[in-house]
Amino acid sequence: MRGGWFKVYTLVYLVFLFAPIILLPMFAFNDATVIAFPLSGFSTKWFAALADDPPLHDAVRNSLIIAVTTSILSTTLAVFAARASTRYRFPGKAGLMGLIMLPLVLPEIIVAVSLLAVLLGLGVNLSILTVILGHVLICTPFCIAILSSAFQSLDRSLEEAAYDLGETSFSTFRLIILPLVMPGIISSLLISFTISLDEFIIAFFLAGTQATLPVYIFSQFRFPQAVPVIMALGTILVCLSIVLLCIAEFFRRRGLARSGAKDTGGFL
Amino acid sequence: MTSEEGLRRMGRSEAASGLAMISPTAIYAILLLAAPLALIFIYSFLTDGDPGIIRTFTFANYIEAWSNELYRVVMLRSLMVALTVTAVTVLLAFPVAYFVSFHVDPSRKSLWLFLITIPFWTSYLIRVFLWKVILGYNGVVNSGLLGLGIISEPLQWINYNVGAVVLTLAHAYAPFAILPIFVALEKIDRSLLEAGQDLGESRFMTFLRVTLPLAMPGVIAAVLIVFIPTIGDFVTPQLVGGPEGRLVANLIQLQYLKLDNYPLGSAIAVSAMMIVTVVSLFFLYLNRRYLRGPES
Amino acid sequence: MTAKPTMIEFRDVQKYYGDYHALRGINASIRAGEFFSLLGPSGCGKTTLLRTIAGFEDISSGAVLIDGKDAAQIPANKRPTNMVFQSYAIFPHLTVEENVGFGLRRAGLDKAEMGRRVGDALAMVGLTGFGKRAAHALSGGQRQRVALARALILKPKVLLLDEPLSALDKKMRELMQVELIKLQRHVGITFILVTHDQEEALVMSDRIAVMFEGQIAQLDDPETLYRRPKTRQVADFIGTMNFLPATVLSDTPDGCEVEVAGLGRCRIAADQAPPGGNGQDTVVGFRPETLTILYDGQAAPERETPGKVEEVVYYGDMTYYDVKLDGVSAAVRLSMRNVPGRPVLDIGTRARVAWSPDALVLFR
Repeated sequence: MRGGWFKVYTLVYLVFLFAPIILLPMFAFNDATVIAFPLSGFSTKWFAALADDPPLHDAVRNSLIIAVTTSILSTTLAVFAARASTRYRFPGKAGLMGLIMLPLVLPEIIVAVSLLAVLLGLGVNLSILTVILGHVLICTPFCIAILSSAFQSLDRSLEEAAYDLGETSFSTFRLIILPLVMPGIISSLLISFTISLDEFIIAFFLAGTQATLPVYIFSQFRFPQAVPVIMALGTILVCLSIVLLCIAEFFRRRGLARSGAKDTGGFL
Repeated sequence: MTSEEGLRRMGRSEAASGLAMISPTAIYAILLLAAPLALIFIYSFLTDGDPGIIRTFTFANYIEAWSNELYRVVMLRSLMVALTVTAVTVLLAFPVAYFVSFHVDPSRKSLWLFLITIPFWTSYLIRVFLWKVILGYNGVVNSGLLGLGIISEPLQWINYNVGAVVLTLAHAYAPFAILPIFVALEKIDRSLLEAGQDLGESRFMTFLRVTLPLAMPGVIAAVLIVFIPTIGDFVTPQLVGGPEGRLVANLIQLQYLKLDNYPLGSAIAVSAMMIVTVVSLFFLYLNRRYLRGPES
Repeated sequence: MTAKPTMIEFRDVQKYYGDYHALRGINASIRAGEFFSLLGPSGCGKTTLLRTIAGFEDISSGAVLIDGKDAAQIPANKRPTNMVFQSYAIFPHLTVEENVGFGLRRAGLDKAEMGRRVGDALAMVGLTGFGKRAAHALSGGQRQRVALARALILKPKVLLLDEPLSALDKKMRELMQVELIKLQRHVGITFILVTHDQEEALVMSDRIAVMFEGQIAQLDDPETLYRRPKTRQVADFIGTMNFLPATVLSDTPDGCEVEVAGLGRCRIAADQAPPGGNGQDTVVGFRPETLTILYDGQAAPERETPGKVEEVVYYGDMTYYDVKLDGVSAAVRLSMRNVPGRPVLDIGTRARVAWSPDALVLFR
């Protein structure tokens, strides 16, 4: 077959990509505190230990509140920006869009320290709320990227046809545009939710005493006896991400099918 | 949308509608991104007091950041690590993108990309931690090799150093490198490759003279997408880097959270941003030279 | 036309894509120096056949010979053929000059010679002075000229053109048709054109192969193809053809006697009655311009049949009439040049239609 070597290389590469993730469940179900081969036996005790860990539960609750709020806020902000950038020409557009998209090309630590400096300067107490402010900032560009392609693949004449047939611009938006970009909105919600749930540095700087899940996990790395529990937790998180990713992919494809665009594959 | 309708009734221009539409997002970004960045820029020229910050203008922080051996070494190391990670990641990623774009049946391309992106969507923190577990003194590699009798004592050189940081980051940013290169390769009209052969060139020369130049925008995008977050990465050096593998993000964190020296921390952060900007602009310049104007 | 040596020969060429039988036994030879067209609807295999010459498609069985050599042994980049792609395949990262000179790298020419050759090639296609332009700054017509120059600069024995005019607007297309004919006469090499546009093929070609479903239905010069199509499918594809049911009364080697609905009994020469066909559904075909409406007092040169005007379509220089001949249910189409003294008839007018047995073709 042509490209035989490329295929072998790619498969080896995939093994490299998946290697750590495959180890995760192996040690999560391993009956030993030490993470080492050979495996010593099957056990679900590390999963049981997760149920009995109040600080973890608090962290999960905090993370969920932050992720849900972030995904709604950043998707809303992204709808405005994506619609404005795909539909209108206005002065300062490149500059404003550049600023909004800037977090994509800014190391997160910079976003984190600059926000920290401002918030402490203003005397704001660090909490869930301050983490949300930071997460919305970094999630919005991703949402805009997704929604822009959804808005862009909209045929403008559809909108004009609805307008021509007597709809107002609001009802046109509700009846024509919204249903067509809905799959984009859903995948935007899911992706910003995932990013926020996984984000560490901003939460680490801005969470104060209200630790998020990644911050909690990071704090546990110091204790060797906590490692198998983290493995169990990681296994659950990986399964959750894959489910979310599959749902996002499903909606993305449906969106493409609906607007009749060609599948160019993948996110970004 | 109602504001858009209102504006239209008032007969306002497209520009006004656009500005109104973008204003919520723009205001958010100005308040929570532009203003904070401006603030740390200002901080970087002030003096640290105990407690608080003394409002006198000074270059002392920059002089300290660039002349103190301690800081300079870390910044240079960050740059070198980021460049190495970028080179390794992009070089390893290119054949994968090439395979998926040129040798995979079109109907199965999304499946392959999906496979490649799955690891990326799993917790970054956990993935980095797993490398720590894999490479650690009592880790998976050492215990496995000891168990098999291949080595008699744990390997030291695989953990807590710059090499471990490079490996972990190359793993973490792999999909970021593959996707833009893939997109660039997908855009290449396949008849261009046939034209290359039709005009007498072998497959390999056609790759060099046609495919590679046309893939350059994707390669440059991959370089930027990997380089920028890598140079500011905090978790990986913290977990697998050991004392010799600490990077600029760890330094900034130290100044801000541990030493409470905001002006010096800000000066280091601004310096890091400058390094990122200079390197990025250099790559963008390369890209422009390759393309000679906008794409057709 | 004098018999020229064969440049391309297809010997029972078969091509399968999985179960799909794309080329079903192609046998043909293309002469050196001729302008040859592969004409057919999309999916008929004409582009596949062209690409077997270029070397971009392997054949499943049979042989393609280029200048007497079996092409199977020659990779695409070593064949004495060059191609103008449908999309033109202009390298977007190179200038016009670099595009045109792309294939000369291997010739190892010095800079001056290279520049001279590129300049000559650009002059030949009328693009002198465009050398430094970026490829993406060209119009459709200019891109096509660059593609032509780039292919011809290598002095191929055969130039392959894959629907080269389909991306151009009508005016540009007609202009380029004439230029391509002139260019072919100038360089004197074999041009093989793939097109789905029958008019384009008729205008440009020395000979045309009409293809349907992976087979060559007829290979002839344009006039024969138009006047004496061998199958009903070819007749239908090229130009407009009227069909009327017919019954063969007697069949001899030098012709046959037929009874045509509406036209009556007549004799048809052997070359107007190609063999083959299944014997069912026998029809005669004739072109619209072979029928003439007779105005008052005019006499028919050969035969005449009465009818009634059903539809009138006015084109300026021409008028098309659909006329229902007495005794036939379907109307036939005929075209009349508009000249003074011949008023356009109204719908419903009775008309006398003149025709000639020489214009009929029998399909059995």
